[in-house]
Amino acid sequence: MVEIPSRSRVPQVGSEAQLRTVLAALSGVDAVGVTARAAKLATRSPKRETKARALDLAIAMVDLTTLEGADTPGHVAALCAKARRPDAEDATCPPVAAICVYPDLVATARAHLAGSPVRVASVATAFPAGRASLPVKLADVAEARAAGADEIDMVIDRGAFLSGRLGQVFEEIVAVKEACGSAHLKVILETGELVTYDNVRRASWLAMLAGADFIKTSTGKVAVSATPPVALVMLEAVRDFAESTGQVVGVKLAGGIRSAKEALRYLVLASETAGSAWLEPRTLRFGASSLLTDLLLQRRSQRTGVYARREHVSVE
Amino acid sequence: MSSEPNGQELARAGRVSRLGALEYAPAPESAAIVSLADAYGLYIDGHFTDPERHESFSTLNPATAAPLTRVARASAADVDAAVEAARRAAPAWAALPGAERAKYLFRISRIIQERQRELAVLETLDNGKPIRETRDIDVPLAAGHFFYYAGWADKLAFAGFGSDPRPRGVVGQIIPWNFPLLMAAWKLAPALATGNTCVLKPAETTPLSALALADILEQAELPPGVVNIVTGDGATGADLVGHPGIDKVAFTGSTEVGRQIQRRLAARGLPLTLELGGKGANIVFDDAPLDEAIEGIIDGIFFNQGHVCCAGSRLLVHEGIADEVLRRLRRRVDQLRVGDPLDKNTDVGAINSAAQLARIEELVAAGEAEGATRYTSACPLPAAGYWFAPTVFTDVAPAHRIAREEIFGPVLSVMTFRTPEEAVAKANDTTYGLACGVWSEKGSRTLWVAQRLRAGVVWANAYNRFDPASPFGGVRESGFGREGGRHGLEAYLGV
Repeated sequence: MVEIPSRSRVPQVGSEAQLRTVLAALSGVDAVGVTARAAKLATRSPKRETKARALDLAIAMVDLTTLEGADTPGHVAALCAKARRPDAEDATCPPVAAICVYPDLVATARAHLAGSPVRVASVATAFPAGRASLPVKLADVAEARAAGADEIDMVIDRGAFLSGRLGQVFEEIVAVKEACGSAHLKVILETGELVTYDNVRRASWLAMLAGADFIKTSTGKVAVSATPPVALVMLEAVRDFAESTGQVVGVKLAGGIRSAKEALRYLVLASETAGSAWLEPRTLRFGASSLLTDLLLQRRSQRTGVYARREHVSVE
Repeated sequence: MSSEPNGQELARAGRVSRLGALEYAPAPESAAIVSLADAYGLYIDGHFTDPERHESFSTLNPATAAPLTRVARASAADVDAAVEAARRAAPAWAALPGAERAKYLFRISRIIQERQRELAVLETLDNGKPIRETRDIDVPLAAGHFFYYAGWADKLAFAGFGSDPRPRGVVGQIIPWNFPLLMAAWKLAPALATGNTCVLKPAETTPLSALALADILEQAELPPGVVNIVTGDGATGADLVGHPGIDKVAFTGSTEVGRQIQRRLAARGLPLTLELGGKGANIVFDDAPLDEAIEGIIDGIFFNQGHVCCAGSRLLVHEGIADEVLRRLRRRVDQLRVGDPLDKNTDVGAINSAAQLARIEELVAAGEAEGATRYTSACPLPAAGYWFAPTVFTDVAPAHRIAREEIFGPVLSVMTFRTPEEAVAKANDTTYGLACGVWSEKGSRTLWVAQRLRAGVVWANAYNRFDPASPFGGVRESGFGREGGRHGLEAYLGV
C-alpha cells in the first residue's frame, strides 16, 4: 500500500543550498540492480482479460504526438479525428488522452477537438533544446496557453543541471508553472542527456519540488529516449514523493515506444512499482505517434481472435 | 481531468493505491511439452536398465502432491555396475584429446538449449520452483556450465595446475534437490572436461531432470559409461560414497550429510569436495542504494522459495534505516505472487517436499516461541501441495535458532547493527561461511567489510548472482572446494 497522506506536505525550497541538501539525501541508484529489476518485470505475461484491459488503458493514456517541421493544420486535423475515435469501426474503443503539438498548432487542435474529452497539450519553452532566455520560454508558454492548451510540456535546462546550477533549473520550472496557470505542467527531463540514473532521480525530485504535475522522460529528439530502467527510477520517485508529501505526480514516457508489447511492459512497471494510482491517464501517459496503431491492431486481435491487418487501422 | 475516457474501469479498480494493481489473468506454461514414462530405470553404461531388485519409488509434483512417475531405487549391486561401467570407460575418455571431449560438451550445451522449454517445465513439475526461474536461470545456466567447461577441455595445461594435469579417474557425485539440473551440470561439466568419468546420484525427490539429461547425453552420443546416473535415496548415496572403485567424491547438500560423508572417507584419503549449508548475511548500510537493496533482500531469501544454500537468510540492517527498510520490505513481500509454479507470473513456488515443509514450520514455530516478531504475507495459498507464505522475522536475537540454523525456506531473520565492525561481527557469528551480500554506495566500505567476512562468496550491491566463470564454494561448515571458473577444474585434476 502506498499510504498517501490526506494533506499536501510539499516542502518549500527557499534556497539552492536547501535544494542541494534535499537532493543529496536521496538514495543512490545501482545501475546493475535497476536494469535487472526492469528486465525481470519485462517477463510478466499479461494475458486475456488483463491484456484487454491493459490495451484499453494504454490507448487512453496516449498523448498522440506530432512535433515535426512539416506539421500542417491538415495533418493535425486528421490526428484529432483519430484521437477522438481511434478505431473508426469500433465505438467501444476509448479516445486517447491528448493531442500534443507545437504552440502554433494548438488553436487548430483545439478547434478540431471541441466537445471531446481529448485534451490539447503543447510543447513549449523552446522545445526541444530549451536554449533560449527565460522571457522567450515564458512567451512560448503564454502563446500556447492563449491558444487553448490544457497541458504544457516544458524542457528543463539540461546544461544548467549538468553544470550544477540546480537553482536555475528549479527557478525556471517555478516560473513556467506560474505561467501555466490552470494548465497541467509536464516537465521533460531529457533523461538521454542526463545519462546516469542518479541524475534521473535527482532531476525527478527537483521537478516535483518545483511544482511539476508530470515528469516526462524525453523529447523524442535525442538518441536515447524512454527506457524501462529510467521509467523504473522515475516511478520510484513519484511513489516516494507521494508517500512523503501527499502529492501525486504523473509520469509521461515518451520517445521510441512503438509497440503495444513495450507499452504493456511499462504498464506492468507502473503497476508493480507505483501502484494503481498510476494506472490512469491522469497520472500515466505515453508520448507517441505510431504506438497507437499497434495498440489498435493488438486490441482488434484480442477481440476477434485473429491477427488484424495493418490496413484495418487508418494511417493517421 | 474532467472526463476520464474509461472512468468505469477506474472506478472498478478503485482509487486506492495498491501495488501490483494490474491483476494478472492465469498465464500457465503448457505441461504438454513433457512426456513422462510410467517408470524410469537406471542409466548405466549408455542405456537405461532395470534395477537389480526391481525396486522403485514415486516422485511427486510438490505443487499438487500428486505422483508424476516412478523411478528406480538403485541397490548396492546397481551402484557397483555403474562404477564398473565408469571404470571401463575411463581410460579411453581420459586418452581422448581435450578438443574431442570439448565437442561432446559443446553438443550437450547446445541440446540443453534446444530442449530448454521441455527441461524448464520438467524441472518445475518435479521441483516446484517457478517456471520463470527454471526458464531464465536454471536451464540457461546449466547450458552455460557445459559451454564454459567445454572451452577449458583443450587448455588444461595452461590452467595453472601443472603442464600435464591428469584426471582423477572415476568420480562419485551426489547432488541436492534445490537446483537439480543445474547442480548436475556443475558436477558433470568440469569432471568431463578434465577427462574423468562419472557416477551421478540425483536427489530422491527430484530425479527427473537428471534422467532427461541422460537422454540428452545419449543424443549427444557420449560414449557409454562416461556418465552413469543412479537414482535412489540416502542408502544409494552411501553405497556410492563407500564404493572402492571411486577415485573422488563431490557432494552438494546438507552439512549433516556432508559430515557423514567426510567421516566415511576419513580412513581412505579420497579427494573430497563438499558444498554444504549456509546462513548468509545480507548487510545493508545506511548509504545503500535502497530500492535495489530491497530487491536484493527479496532475491536473497525468496528466490527458489529460499531453498538456496547461499540464501541471504539473515538481514543485517543499519539501525538508522531499519524502520524504512522494513516498511519497504513488507510492502514488497505483500506483492510476491505465490502459487502455480507453471504460471509465468508466479514469483514463489511450492516447497519441495512434506519433510522440508515440516522443517520450515518447526523452525518458524521456534522463532515465535523464542520471542521474535513474525510477519507473513497474507497471500492466498493453494489447497493441495506443500506451501509456505513468505515470512519475515524481526526482533531476532543472534542467539535465536532462526538466526543460527539453516531454515532452507522463505523465511528471513532481521537483525540490526550500529557500526561496520558490529555488522562484520554479527555476519561472522555463524558456523557457516558460504555467502554474504554488502549493500553500500561507498566502495571503500564495501571492500573493508568484504575482506573481513568469513564467507566463500561476497556479493557487492547484488545477491544470488551466478556465472559459470565465477568460482563458488564455502568455508567452515559450508564446505570446501570450488565449483565454477578455473578454480572448479582443480577438484577433478590430480595436481
